[in-house]
Amino acid sequence: MFNYGYFAFDSKEDLLRKAAEFWNPGKVNFWTEAGTPMVIDRREGYFLYDMTGKRLIDLHLNGGTYNFGHRHPELVEVLKSGLDYFDMGNHWFPSVARAAFAEKLVQTAPHMKYAIFGAGGAEAVEIALKTARYATKRKKIVSIIKGYHGHSGLSVATGDERFSKIFLSDRPDEFIHVPFNDADALEDVLKKGDVAAFIIETIPATYGFPLPKDGYLKACQDLCRKYGTKFIADEVQTGLMRTGVMWGWQGYGLTPDIFVCGKGLGGGIYPISACLVNEECGGWLVEDGAAHISTSGGAELGCLVGHHVLEMLQRPEVISNVHFVAEFFAQGMAEMMRRHSDVFVGVRQRGVVLGLEFDHPEGAVAVSRALYENGVWAIFSSLDKRVLQFKPGVVLDVDLCQEILDRFDAAMPRARQLLKSGRRAA
Amino acid sequence: MNEHVTMDAPRLSVPDRAISSARMKVERAAWAARYYRNFSREAVLAIAEAVARAGYEKAGHFADLAVAETGFGVVEHKKIKNELCTHELLDYYRDMDLVTPRIDKERKIVELPKPAGVVFALAPATNPVATVYYKAMLAILSRNAIVISPHPVAKSVSAAAARLLAEAAEAAGAPSGLIQCVEEPSIPLVQDIMSSDRINVIVATGGTAMVRAAYSSGNPALGVGPGNAVAYVDTTARADAAARCLVESKSFDNSILCTNESVVLTLDQNRGNMERALRTAGAHVCNEADTDRLRDYLFGGHGINLEAIGKSAAWIAERAGIRVSPSAKILVPVVATPGQDDFLFREKLCPVLTLTSAVDFQQALTFAKHTARRGAGHSAAFHGEDTARLVRYSQEMPVYRVVVNAPCSQGAAGFATYLPPSFTIGTGFAGRSSIGENLGPHHLVQWTRIAYGKEVPADLHEIDLSTVSSDRSAPRDLAVATPPAGREPSGFSRDDLRQLILEELRSLNGAGK
Repeated sequence: MFNYGYFAFDSKEDLLRKAAEFWNPGKVNFWTEAGTPMVIDRREGYFLYDMTGKRLIDLHLNGGTYNFGHRHPELVEVLKSGLDYFDMGNHWFPSVARAAFAEKLVQTAPHMKYAIFGAGGAEAVEIALKTARYATKRKKIVSIIKGYHGHSGLSVATGDERFSKIFLSDRPDEFIHVPFNDADALEDVLKKGDVAAFIIETIPATYGFPLPKDGYLKACQDLCRKYGTKFIADEVQTGLMRTGVMWGWQGYGLTPDIFVCGKGLGGGIYPISACLVNEECGGWLVEDGAAHISTSGGAELGCLVGHHVLEMLQRPEVISNVHFVAEFFAQGMAEMMRRHSDVFVGVRQRGVVLGLEFDHPEGAVAVSRALYENGVWAIFSSLDKRVLQFKPGVVLDVDLCQEILDRFDAAMPRARQLLKSGRRAA
Repeated sequence: MNEHVTMDAPRLSVPDRAISSARMKVERAAWAARYYRNFSREAVLAIAEAVARAGYEKAGHFADLAVAETGFGVVEHKKIKNELCTHELLDYYRDMDLVTPRIDKERKIVELPKPAGVVFALAPATNPVATVYYKAMLAILSRNAIVISPHPVAKSVSAAAARLLAEAAEAAGAPSGLIQCVEEPSIPLVQDIMSSDRINVIVATGGTAMVRAAYSSGNPALGVGPGNAVAYVDTTARADAAARCLVESKSFDNSILCTNESVVLTLDQNRGNMERALRTAGAHVCNEADTDRLRDYLFGGHGINLEAIGKSAAWIAERAGIRVSPSAKILVPVVATPGQDDFLFREKLCPVLTLTSAVDFQQALTFAKHTARRGAGHSAAFHGEDTARLVRYSQEMPVYRVVVNAPCSQGAAGFATYLPPSFTIGTGFAGRSSIGENLGPHHLVQWTRIAYGKEVPADLHEIDLSTVSSDRSAPRDLAVATPPAGREPSGFSRDDLRQLILEELRSLNGAGK
């Protein structure tokens, strides 16, 4: 019996049944068939506990949402203290938490002028795209093939057609896709002079974190400048110290006109996202500040948590820890690749953003399952299932890092076995 | 929260940032310890040298800052103490190898050193910088990482000193985070970290309450207790030499070391002689009225008057209402009868040395024992040539150090004797502590013993122990955080080469896609 006070379930099976009946049968079936039928019950630090009691180390982190782990005590304390004073607030009026958080965000990126808040990454992308259109008076948006920027109206159109066609939301006339790591292809599109924005994740997450070639991002930004197109950095997965610096674009020497962040900004306990814009792009905030409105975007509780998230990320101890974790997995995964070179063929890494490549079209699905069986939860890349997203948190400690590596090593024979049977089936 | 909040009080409660940062420092230390525990002996010594050099250069600077911040002690004496914890401390332990495995072929035993990991160290207000220097050096030599929590009244200078050593260590190749200091210490913070399962050992120097708390934390602890040293001056002693030692010891850093003499005890027949000798050596020997004034001033309230700690003799005399020559180095109240209840027989971390005398050696011994119980396990001094009495004295006294014909302050701490130089004086079982020696780096390392069966063959000639400690294996990216001191030899180590090959393989794999 799982009695939660407000509701109760007889068993995990009972829950799965009801979830399929009332919520989302497709997702319920998918995970059951994938061999990773997780229903998260308790959660603490970097640990998740399935309803069966099975403990999993979280390396999915919902793309960095749980950068600091689950229910980080300090962040929980901040939110609780906020609840004694604030609520979501009134989105029409200036507010202390929003002003303070906006200032703190802008200070992390001095060439930016304003922070505009949303409730999730897609909303921030929506704001970014609208802002670019405002600033350029152009409509077209360019993004990369296999890109991903969210599921809302404009953002979904920038991404892979898997998520847009089903809802008849692809708009090939306005949203153009170019190959990643190919600046020439981008120029071909931009040189017509009618593109409002080029949006790109600094390292494309859902595509499996393929690393941008040396100079690629800078070339894209230069092309944007040349043809009057706004360069938008999507920092939802690469921001917040995950690449070893506060924002991924800083590490590539970029100065985007607009960038968006979300996920970990709310510490995993209160949803909030932000779109930062430079002065020129932010002109609409002067002309008609109410042109974009969001009831829950920039909720004061989220601003309070976000403010503290940034403060924690700026501590020298945290910065040092990120570097230790990054270096540990750089060395550790090189060792793992040496030991399991028959299946494990590549590591893409920047900071604590890692994509692990396996030598099979569905390799990461098998590895994800093998890891799950060995107490580690890491998800494959939706748009490249050869690649496992491997996303350690910024305050992981040395012992847990070692345990992750040990469990990874232990899971490899099982992954090999799953891949072999998979190959036969294929 | 309500509308009655005052203008300046925060309207929201804010998490204790200092505790949170301290916890993160411990995690950072754990990372540093993971890499540092495999460092080679050469690498360890190179780091120790660099830290000693950096500490020595700034010894005077920090002595200044320490006296300015705490108001305790004497700048030039603090400078000496700081300096002692650099090259001299390193020289003492240079040949103590805590890195290389030991092989005992006879007994078929191989020993592998295992550092503790993360040391959490408490440093007192009285010797802030010397303690930071000293404990950091011990951690370096034992291949541990250390997080120091200074006394709140010395927090700025302690943090600055720790930062200097950390930078020197990193520049010499140490992993980042090896030496850290809490910036905003508090009792809740210390309690939080002491009871954390993320630290491996506590080294506690400080007040009794803090040391007891360390032992109660559930973590292994090396603590010390307070001292109350008795110096017995035998009739066989050369009174002038003894008096010089006593005055030198008591005036050193205004008596702020817990190893300083609290009471000088002689026999009745020798008391006049000692008074004269002490006067000659620069002491102000009090008459009965002065003695009463001093007692009232120092112990008029509950316990010792804290404002007197580490102050000069002249300063204290003025506050107590005693007229002394400005050149008086120490104050000597005289308590004719060695009864144990006089307040002046208690520990005094200031240049006040109580003189008393017994009718015979037996009474002296009995009195000395009782007095030493207030600082059990600590130190005592003996002046004289009668070795039979010296042995009896040492056997009876509940202390673990008896300094002979030398100043006790410097002697028990290993600076005027051949005892190990130390600012953490183990007070042993008598003082409810786990060690009775002067703390050294070897207390922070334990050994895994590989023991063959007595009757089975053991080919220890062939045993390969090269993997136990490797070349420095600090992650190279981290070393970039501070500029390398140009010590890294050119060319590639085996690790570098392996890394390069792997990177090349990786890029080949990537290119095939």
